Amino acid sequence: MSVKVGVRRPYIRPMQGWWRRDPFFIRYMLREATAFAVLAYSIVLAVGVARLAQGEAAWNAWLAALKTPGSILLHLVLLVSFAVHARSWFEIMPKTMPMMFVGGHRVEGSAITRTGWTATVVVTLAMFALTWWWKK
Amino acid sequence: MPESKRIEIQVLRYRPEQEDEPVWQSYYVPFTDDMSVLQGLQHIKDDIDGTLSFRWSCRMAICGSCGMMVNGTPKLSCQTFLRDLLPGPVRVEALAHFPIERDLVVSVEPFVKKLESVKPYIIPKKPRTLDQGEYLQTPEELELFEQYSSCINCMLCYAACPQFGLNPDFTGPGVLALAHRYNADSRDGGRDERMEILSTEEGVWSCTAVGYCSVVCPKHVDPANAVNQNKVNSAKDYFLRFLSPKGASK
Repeated sequence: MSVKVGVRRPYIRPMQGWWRRDPFFIRYMLREATAFAVLAYSIVLAVGVARLAQGEAAWNAWLAALKTPGSILLHLVLLVSFAVHARSWFEIMPKTMPMMFVGGHRVEGSAITRTGWTATVVVTLAMFALTWWWKK
Repeated sequence: MPESKRIEIQVLRYRPEQEDEPVWQSYYVPFTDDMSVLQGLQHIKDDIDGTLSFRWSCRMAICGSCGMMVNGTPKLSCQTFLRDLLPGPVRVEALAHFPIERDLVVSVEPFVKKLESVKPYIIPKKPRTLDQGEYLQTPEELELFEQYSSCINCMLCYAACPQFGLNPDFTGPGVLALAHRYNADSRDGGRDERMEILSTEEGVWSCTAVGYCSVVCPKHVDPANAVNQNKVNSAKDYFLRFLSPKGASK
């Protein structure tokens, strides 16, 4: 038995520019892009270690380079990118972890995000304190 | 009906025998404060244009048939109210990332095939007879899978997943969440069979943690969490096989 039920011609919509379609996707792409800031700053630090190995003059030259206006601008951009990076990753962190239970109750996603932020603040303050103590 | 208000509903039409690509068509629909987008479409079909095609069934966010893009966001049209979309126009389009069959109707066969492939049912660890009584679970064991069992297969999460849009072979959030629902159930013994699908590149590893799937889910399932928990499980399986090879015993 053959019955013609009409033309079947599924239409596939293009994906070009998909990330501009929804503000959520724009925020996602921004989160992914901030990974480049992390890469950039790790290169800055790696160069510092390499210059340190080359001796005192090289190290002082690197320190001087960090104080140039271009470098300060770069650091400001990287700082903002790191803030966005931390915020967006702590937001998605509860979704990337196995369920945890404390006292028979599931740990809420918001508690995991808060823990991430608390750890960041504690480590940052510890680094400031250490640097301040070192310089004294 | 009290004096009715009107709202413009723009629908992305696609009639394969008539046009090569979809076109927008505009309708003006009288509505009351309790009318859903679905009821708006039903008004169009009943009173304005009988050629409009869309799927629906229960009208109460249980059946998962009436998913569509409403103003660009994946929604159940029965659960989305015209009063919240004033002054309009309301733009309605078939669920994103799926091929359009006709108007608001998309192809679902690949989704159903994926769903079947993960065996979305309990595969008992060992046969159990009635006189052994019911299975017992602690509240914690229940919570490990309970929210995932709320999935109604509406596919909104697929319309929210750009990775699925870019690669239709990706198993996708809904099916992976359901696979996890059974894997995480203490009564189930089918984990190894499902992990073979979850651990592939088209399985959990195609997910890049966009996370929009969990936002659009109308039943508060968290597919992103299910998928990412199984990245951990898949990685554990990969590395632990060096410690305890199962090849010989399988």
